[in-house]
Amino acid sequence: MAEKVLMKGNEALAEAAIQCGCRHYFGYPITPQTEVAAYMSKRLPKEGGVFLQAESEIAAVNMVLGATSAGVRAMTSSSSPGISLKSEGVSYIGGSDLPALIINVQRGGPGLGGIQPSQSDYWQATKALGHGDFQLFVLAPSTIQEMVDFVSLAYEVGEKYRVPAMILSDGMLGQMMEPVEFPTKKEGGAEKPWATNGHQNKRKKNIINSLYIQPEELENLIRERYQRYEQIKANEQRAEEFMMEDAEYVVVAFGASSRVSRSAVMQARAEGIKAGLIRPITLWPFPEKFIKKSIPNTKKYLCVEMNMGQMVDDVKLVVNGEREVGFFGRTGGVIPTPAEVLDQIRKMAGKEN
Amino acid sequence: MAVVFEKPKALSDVPFHYCPGCTHGIVHRLVAEVIDELGVEGQTVGVASVGCSVFAYNYFNCDMVQAAHGRAPAVATGLKRALPDNVIFTYQGDGDLAAIGMAETVHAATRGENITVIFINNAIYGMTGGQMAPTSLPGQVTQTSPYGRDVKYAGYPIRVCELLSTLSGTALAQRVTVDSVKNVNIAKKAIKKGFENQINKRGYSIIEVVSTCPTNWGLSPQEAIKWLRENMLEYYPLGVYKDVTAEGGDK
Repeated sequence: MAEKVLMKGNEALAEAAIQCGCRHYFGYPITPQTEVAAYMSKRLPKEGGVFLQAESEIAAVNMVLGATSAGVRAMTSSSSPGISLKSEGVSYIGGSDLPALIINVQRGGPGLGGIQPSQSDYWQATKALGHGDFQLFVLAPSTIQEMVDFVSLAYEVGEKYRVPAMILSDGMLGQMMEPVEFPTKKEGGAEKPWATNGHQNKRKKNIINSLYIQPEELENLIRERYQRYEQIKANEQRAEEFMMEDAEYVVVAFGASSRVSRSAVMQARAEGIKAGLIRPITLWPFPEKFIKKSIPNTKKYLCVEMNMGQMVDDVKLVVNGEREVGFFGRTGGVIPTPAEVLDQIRKMAGKEN
Repeated sequence: MAVVFEKPKALSDVPFHYCPGCTHGIVHRLVAEVIDELGVEGQTVGVASVGCSVFAYNYFNCDMVQAAHGRAPAVATGLKRALPDNVIFTYQGDGDLAAIGMAETVHAATRGENITVIFINNAIYGMTGGQMAPTSLPGQVTQTSPYGRDVKYAGYPIRVCELLSTLSGTALAQRVTVDSVKNVNIAKKAIKKGFENQINKRGYSIIEVVSTCPTNWGLSPQEAIKWLRENMLEYYPLGVYKDVTAEGGDK
């Protein structure tokens, strides 16, 4: 597929996974991600793949664990409350050094929350999706094209470092339509000599396991895993810089809120304010390099999020008190308007109307 | 010299950690003998669960995956859907299968998931030190039912084979025990049928083994066998609850 097609975000995600060789999808209905499952249920049987509607999110993620243990590219998707249920399985996937793709099309929380777009699972995705010392590779798309492109990136990075990967999307990106282009098919992926697919009497048996009773053994294993995390931090940080060449007032925003922020930055520029945008693409590893590089020229930072202020902590950690870091957010499923963000940029620049 | 007895090839050379009188060892051996006899070790992937048998991944020589508590049927589903021509079995205890993993169990069975489930029912949580299980008997004293299981308060024990035998996806639901040579032979035959069903793509097979836990029952190995016979077999009658093969009358 070289020409552009108009697609809904959730369906684009699903199609991208199929084009990446994912033939095993396990899911459970939840708004606003259900189109991923519906699309997979239509397409996968025709591709000789497996679509299975599980009895719960917990079962779905553990089916992913089983399939990825067998060495195939597997995937599950859900929305915020469902991701909380998956957290058990994600911890086991991380603790067993397995790659897997988990999609979160975020909605408002906590609890059952709402069904409108939100970014309030930032902490969950980047700090603690499940118990124990482990991380996921987390990508935040801001366009439907990125919903497509990040699927192959998530699989590649996840398989290279043997870590679970998450695409942290939201209800807005999941439901909206944009023209997208699918790159040339990239199936297959890395060699998986660790897979439990039957030793066929040709190799030693493989064990996929996260249990280590001896504390020293477990500590050593976690330390080894953290060395891989350091490599990911060194090699895989990604962010987009928009109007950053001479920016003095820098908005930091990802995903849906970065789209709003981009408009606000352009309007601020039209008013003569030297505004710019840093858009984190990898939320873990957090793109520290990009923030750090911007500190000398920046007077103030403003984080714009669809939550009560979660990523702002990570920005503050990098800025380390050298500059003021402000926050503006809407939550509960409310999307900030460009006018609201523009107001905040004006305030930051001392140009209040 | 003729070899009259040896360890099955599908069992590794690692000594079991199980307590004296625990029947896990016998059941492990039976599973391994069946894998040997069917010649499927190279195609088999076992799923160990959480409980005393958690280290099963060290004991079997086939590929092994260690699942979260109760999730072995879901993990086995993922494996089997990715590897439809391989042999996938789970090895689960009563807490794992009939409490925390009941949803996964019922749904794997009703999907007719083509896997073999070895279910150890010893009426107690062994690994955590003897708490009340979903299969603890009425009146049974455990760490968390110190005055005996009061069914008016804690409810009744679950009869898993009876329950799963009502589901169309279940190919075999058979309850066995390993308290005597005769019953060990019946158990082995049932386990073999469970694996053969899978090879013949018949659906979900569960072999429930009524088992002992001398340590947490506070009994000697001999007393434990006696307690099993006198108490457990009354509540959990041995027998075939469902069998879709010709032998079971294609029910």
